[in-house]
Amino acid sequence: MAPAEPEPQRIGVPAESTAGETRVAATPATVGRLVALGYDVVVEPGAGASSRFSDAAYEEAGARLGDPWAAEIVLKVNAPSAEEIGRLRDGATLIALISPAFNPELVEELARRPITVLAMDAVPRISRAQSLDVLSSMANIAGYRAVVEAAHAFGRFFTGQVTAAGKVPPAKVLVAGAGVAGLAAIGAARSLGAVVRATDPRPEVAEQVRSLGGEFLTVSAEQEVSTDGYAKATSEDYNRLAAQLYAEQAADVDIIVTTALIPGRPAPTLITAEHVARMKPGSVIVDMAAAQGGNVEGTVPGKAVVTDNDVTIIGYTDLPGRLPAQASQLYGTNIVNLMKLLTPGKDGRLVLDFDDVVQRSITVVREGEKTWPPPPVQVSAAPAPAAAKEPEPAASGTPAKPARPAWSSYALVGAGALALFLVTAFSPSELLGHFTVFVLAIVIGFYVIGNVHHALHTPLMSVTNAISGIVVVGALLQIGQGDTAVTVLSFAAILLASINIFGGFAVTRRMLGMFSKG
Amino acid sequence: MTTDTAAQAAYVVAALLFILSLAGLSQHRTSRSGVVWGIAGMVVALAATVGLASRSISATGLVLIVVATAVGAGIGLWRAKVVEMTGMPELIAIMHSLVGLAATFVGWNGYLDVDAELSGSLLGIHHAEVFIGVFIGAVTFTGSVVAYLKLSARIASRPLTLPGKHVLNIGALVAFVGLTIAFVARPNMGLLIAVTVVALALGAHLVASIGGGDMPVVVSMLNSYSGWAAAASGFLLANNLLIVTGALVGSSGAYLSYIMCKAMNRSFISVIAGGFGTPAAAADEGEQGEHREISAEETAELLGNATSVIITPGYGMAVAQAQYPVAELARKLRERGVEVRFGIHQVAGRLPGHMNVLLAEANVPYDIVLEMDEINDDFAATSVVLVIGANDTVNPAATDNPSSPIAGMPVLHVWEAANVVVFKRSMAAGYAGVQNPLFFRENTQMLFGDAKQRVEDILRGLDALDTPVREMAGTSR
Repeated sequence: MAPAEPEPQRIGVPAESTAGETRVAATPATVGRLVALGYDVVVEPGAGASSRFSDAAYEEAGARLGDPWAAEIVLKVNAPSAEEIGRLRDGATLIALISPAFNPELVEELARRPITVLAMDAVPRISRAQSLDVLSSMANIAGYRAVVEAAHAFGRFFTGQVTAAGKVPPAKVLVAGAGVAGLAAIGAARSLGAVVRATDPRPEVAEQVRSLGGEFLTVSAEQEVSTDGYAKATSEDYNRLAAQLYAEQAADVDIIVTTALIPGRPAPTLITAEHVARMKPGSVIVDMAAAQGGNVEGTVPGKAVVTDNDVTIIGYTDLPGRLPAQASQLYGTNIVNLMKLLTPGKDGRLVLDFDDVVQRSITVVREGEKTWPPPPVQVSAAPAPAAAKEPEPAASGTPAKPARPAWSSYALVGAGALALFLVTAFSPSELLGHFTVFVLAIVIGFYVIGNVHHALHTPLMSVTNAISGIVVVGALLQIGQGDTAVTVLSFAAILLASINIFGGFAVTRRMLGMFSKG
Repeated sequence: MTTDTAAQAAYVVAALLFILSLAGLSQHRTSRSGVVWGIAGMVVALAATVGLASRSISATGLVLIVVATAVGAGIGLWRAKVVEMTGMPELIAIMHSLVGLAATFVGWNGYLDVDAELSGSLLGIHHAEVFIGVFIGAVTFTGSVVAYLKLSARIASRPLTLPGKHVLNIGALVAFVGLTIAFVARPNMGLLIAVTVVALALGAHLVASIGGGDMPVVVSMLNSYSGWAAAASGFLLANNLLIVTGALVGSSGAYLSYIMCKAMNRSFISVIAGGFGTPAAAADEGEQGEHREISAEETAELLGNATSVIITPGYGMAVAQAQYPVAELARKLRERGVEVRFGIHQVAGRLPGHMNVLLAEANVPYDIVLEMDEINDDFAATSVVLVIGANDTVNPAATDNPSSPIAGMPVLHVWEAANVVVFKRSMAAGYAGVQNPLFFRENTQMLFGDAKQRVEDILRGLDALDTPVREMAGTSR
């Protein structure tokens, strides 16, 4: 970028062409933030109409009205149609929901153009990328809306009331799956006053469920006892017990919201036709997994159906789009966060850094070249390379420094071994035995505490301190053997070392007594 | 079986028990049995030694042993009982000095009471061993005393920077070697006194020139030295138990110091040689900005609305004795359904694992107290982080600013959380003397004052929050 004043890049925001789509990829609020990043934003007239954002509001936020497809960067919600792909200029960057794992043909088609495509729904699930995670932000909205839809279809109050006209019991809501959508549903149902229960195969989410005021139903006692390592092994057993639980709950609750999704596979069936048949007339089921095949037998994607026993099964697939202004705002904010990442200079120039795992993961096509699927992401932060290295037990007793080249550590160990050999070989035979135990004890000392738990550093130190009071043995052997001066010094040494031995062990016991598991 | 072979056999058993003890102390599950093994090993070793000594000991000697042990045990148990958990670093430091002094005395005795049977090269080696024992013991002694004085704030914890301090250290080592050679050739009292004085001075200078921030390393290094001192006595007395035990303590202590150094991204050698801290003060760029203040009530509200909270304590929590109110705060928040965890930097406090001990004292369950590596990825998903008396361990400059004196030191990434509340007395810099850009971040708010008092204010604020909520719950049913 040699010129002093490089032309800022344009960002185009077209109106969504997919039928029924109410969202838009930028709102007046997010346009302002894109402009602050140095971009020139072009909005298609009427783009925000179904989200209730007027063209005037966009202009006020700093956007121009015009043809968004001429821009260098195009922001969309849904994947582009074939016609829209053709309208992109050469070298353009498209940011949208692509679902590359499910749409291989779309990816192929995009890769035929000399463009770059970033998939908002391919953000890796690492903490750093959370602010870009569209799936989470949309699931949050969908979970809320699912409860609102259920309340709409349900012919009663959610909250319990005692009125002059009689007592109304609170509605009972079961939420299957406590992911982002499930937790949002729990929170929404709870704040409407319902009694909320939730299930999830992951026992660790129980705390989150309770934090939102829900009751966590554990599938079985055995499942609770088993630790993480066994969760998969007992899967079959788990499914059987879960089915039993759903059968019981179906007869009891008024509303069921299901949110179970397995990435890259059809949604699992949780609620069978038999369970539905056991529900009370007027009950409502919202199947949030309808688009992926549904968690409920009898779901019709995109529709609400009523069964023979008067249970409404809602299979809407556009739950986030039913809160268009909110959904657009959150989607737009996710995009702004991505643009911040892509605009390190805040100068209105998009820079794609393939060394960044987030940017690499979302890039489906780069300049006409298919880059999907990305290399797998290490979810845990990579430790510093030196951290993995064990220090060599050098003969001198000083641990070797980390991160040496291999040859130098060989040389070091070699030199140490040679020095040890020379010292030992030239020492009188009486010393040989002592050297042997000395060297071996050093090595044992290194390894014996190799995996010390960080919380135990202090107790370990105080116990080694007590043990080093063993020097008393020397004084014991010297005391009372004739010489008065020797006896006096020995007496003092025994006294000092005894303080250490008794004090050290006592204080260690006291410390360890305090450690408790909650 | 003679007395000799019985004693040697007992020594082997004792050495194994000590190894079991150290191994046991590495894990929570086995830690209590580890102490029992240690005590058992000590009993076996002492019984065997007294048995060995009783063959030639005078009656007075036996009485003196009993008296010395009883007095020592009394003092030791008393100190162990009354010590505050916040004062643990000082106690451990002073205990190291006792081992060092005892080893020095044993070394002196080795000279005063030379075994008449030794001759030729063996006598020379004996004399060299006396010197080595006295030297290591004396260095440990004064080093620990200075560490104790620094930790108990009786002297300033700033690193002492004498001109040419490395030359002084190396000079002392050279003097030691020279004196040893002279002593082997012509043993006399003057040389022994000279080497003791040199060692005492070296020990004091070594620790005096290490800054307060490096104290965890220093304490664990002195622990290692006290082990080497015991091993040196073992060589002197040809006693295998002393050699084994000393080497065990020495090498495990050295390894522990090494772990500490790694946690601070500091070179082991430079900490031992008192290298760190010298360039730190000058390199501060004085990065400044606006900081925002928050009141205890606002903090309570923030916490009440949070879903997850991480508390990162530092030495300031120990100084303010705030561990009990902090534990109470954690308990209250957990009752409200807030996920509360503690993030502990390896070098928080003045002793390895210091924070863990304090939190354990206040009954915080250890499974919510996590190490930096376990929790660092979770900050981004956290609503509120409370930084209580920590500074350098949460400094973003360590990762962002390559010219910072603490650059490259692994730190807790607290700034990734939505809100950070920093408890601090004032805007002064931390131990490393480095300004902390965390305080000027947009999502950081400062809560000034005594940490204990502030946490108690927050607890009251939380209770106040609860009252209206309960009333509302009452009307809706």
